[in-house]
Amino acid sequence: MSGLRILVGCKRVIDYAVKIRVKPDKTGVVTDGVKHSMNPFDEIAVEEAVRMKEKKIVSEIVAVSCGPTQCQEVLRTALAMGADRAIHVEVDAATYENLQPLHVAKIIAKIAQEEKVDIVVTGKQAIDDDANQTGQMVAALLNWPQATFASKIEKTDGELKVEREIDGGLETIKVKLPAVFTSDLRLNEPRYATLPNIMKAKKKPLVKKTPTDFGVDVTARQTILKVEEPAVRQAGSKLASAEELVTKLREAGLIPS
Amino acid sequence: MASATAWLLKRSSPLLLRTSLLSQAFPTIRNKRCVSSLIDLPETHSLLRKTCRDFAENELTPIAGQLDKEHRFPKEQVKKLGELGLMCVDVPESEGGTGLDYLAYAIAIEEISRGCASTGCIMSVNNSLYLSPILKYGTREQKDKFLKPFLNGDQVGCFALSEPGNGSDAGAASTTAHLESDKWILNGTKAWITNGYESSAAVVCATTDRKLKNKGISAFLVPKPTDGLSLGKKEDKLGIRATSTCYLIFEDCSIPKEYLLGDEGMGFKIAMQTLDAGRIGIAAQGLGIAQASLDCAVDYATKRQSFGSPIAKLQSIQMKIADMEVRLESARLLTWKAAMLKDAGRSYTKEAAMAKLAASETATFNAHSAIQILGGMGYVTDMPAERHYRDARITEIYEGTSEIQRIVIATNVFKESGHSF
Repeated sequence: MSGLRILVGCKRVIDYAVKIRVKPDKTGVVTDGVKHSMNPFDEIAVEEAVRMKEKKIVSEIVAVSCGPTQCQEVLRTALAMGADRAIHVEVDAATYENLQPLHVAKIIAKIAQEEKVDIVVTGKQAIDDDANQTGQMVAALLNWPQATFASKIEKTDGELKVEREIDGGLETIKVKLPAVFTSDLRLNEPRYATLPNIMKAKKKPLVKKTPTDFGVDVTARQTILKVEEPAVRQAGSKLASAEELVTKLREAGLIPS
Repeated sequence: MASATAWLLKRSSPLLLRTSLLSQAFPTIRNKRCVSSLIDLPETHSLLRKTCRDFAENELTPIAGQLDKEHRFPKEQVKKLGELGLMCVDVPESEGGTGLDYLAYAIAIEEISRGCASTGCIMSVNNSLYLSPILKYGTREQKDKFLKPFLNGDQVGCFALSEPGNGSDAGAASTTAHLESDKWILNGTKAWITNGYESSAAVVCATTDRKLKNKGISAFLVPKPTDGLSLGKKEDKLGIRATSTCYLIFEDCSIPKEYLLGDEGMGFKIAMQTLDAGRIGIAAQGLGIAQASLDCAVDYATKRQSFGSPIAKLQSIQMKIADMEVRLESARLLTWKAAMLKDAGRSYTKEAAMAKLAASETATFNAHSAIQILGGMGYVTDMPAERHYRDARITEIYEGTSEIQRIVIATNVFKESGHSF
């Protein structure tokens, strides 16, 4: 069943190696002048889509990113890795601060319908908010099956066989197409964008849209009250014996005396 | 990209890897962000920089120390560089190359050298010294045989100009070539040839007519191995030890007539043009070493405690860091300018010499300062500072010594003011 079309969601996040600093007014983290890149789990998602295309399971890969203009860098990276087309859904910086997975999921679901894709894939979560919601919400909005935390994907006839990482170990499920899956860490190791592909990416189409084009209202549904650094970890203390431990726990009122 | 994976793995797993006490106190400095701020490069160049940086951090930095200890040619990594398109950066797409400009090339060499200076050197020799003259002066047949197979990292080339008796005095080439029916016979010795052992072909400059001095030198393409060509011992070098450097010894070495590159007597001109471009590559290599040294020093200074605070708070350390950063950024701007002039088709000889001079002296300055900042830790192989120090030193010597660069610069300055000497 060749000719499957796949939509990959990519988020532009602060680079994993950057030391995050909270803004002095505690409304968020410092993003100005800070290095950003594609969410590592989304890189894995793009890589999986490209591998599926190389195996001729997929015939076209569309990458999508929601956010301010700089998101186009992330889309270009996706194109350089092997995506065929890119859609940038432009959201201004101020609105972006309060953009939530539900907004993004609604946009992605709409694009999936318009583009008539067979598979939607995103990273399992973004490393900035750790929400782990977008993929699942897209599936619910489209009423499609979902295979989250995928660590292996195989195509068998009209279905996908997916190995998922769950708390207890690995679970293998069969999922009918069209479907949504989210990529987990061990799904693959993303490739470097080779120079020839970086050159080719320049010629690939990147269209700009807005949330209104998809009939999605991105008004903030919540306000951020405060952002703080985590509390500095206090030193522990070394105890001589189990009895001492029990005494200390009793003193702290953590176990009944 | 594997570095993101490694970070994610560490974050999601509660187990701490067992490491030596020293490494726990000063965790490896790889995967740390480059401290210099980035000018807004065109998108292609930014993407390229990212690819090269990721590649260097994942594939080169972790093994650079080992390659250096073992004096081992990074064959696997060179092949991967080839797959990325980095062994033929400015060869046009029509010839099977990557088709990028010299600015892209300079950026690529810097990032690769930042991971491993030897690998940067191998990459630069293949791109600037070997492919470049063949691209410019080669016939179709010569390109098919000597260019095409050298684009993807499977094979590398080398460039032979220097001899035991003359380095800076390139015009005094004593290696000779004379025509016997349909073959050129080469006799003589070439010295200090990088990639000498691993290369499958060489661009060799030899005298065809002694009476014409400079204008009597011609360039030849010599496949390796060839009867009559033998290699000297592998030099035991102070730095860039993962590259092989050796003599090429020609004893009645015969090559087909068709392997003359360009016209007879063009050899010196070809060599000088080749070196002009090569200087931008070496400048970029110097930048990579200088950046790696600076990153190492900054990381250490923020962690090392002395007199109750990180040494980064001490003015004497800050003075050094500031000097390192200024020299590095100045050299980088000179290098980028030289590259951009070349890309614009304008004269760039003086700027390339300035870039090479500035970047190589910055590499040694930064490496020297980095060791000083690291103190005892800078002297041992646990930290890369000592390797940067050893790698940096050659950049002031090869592809034109700093003294030659100064002569080139001064000559051009006077020429610009209307005087030739």
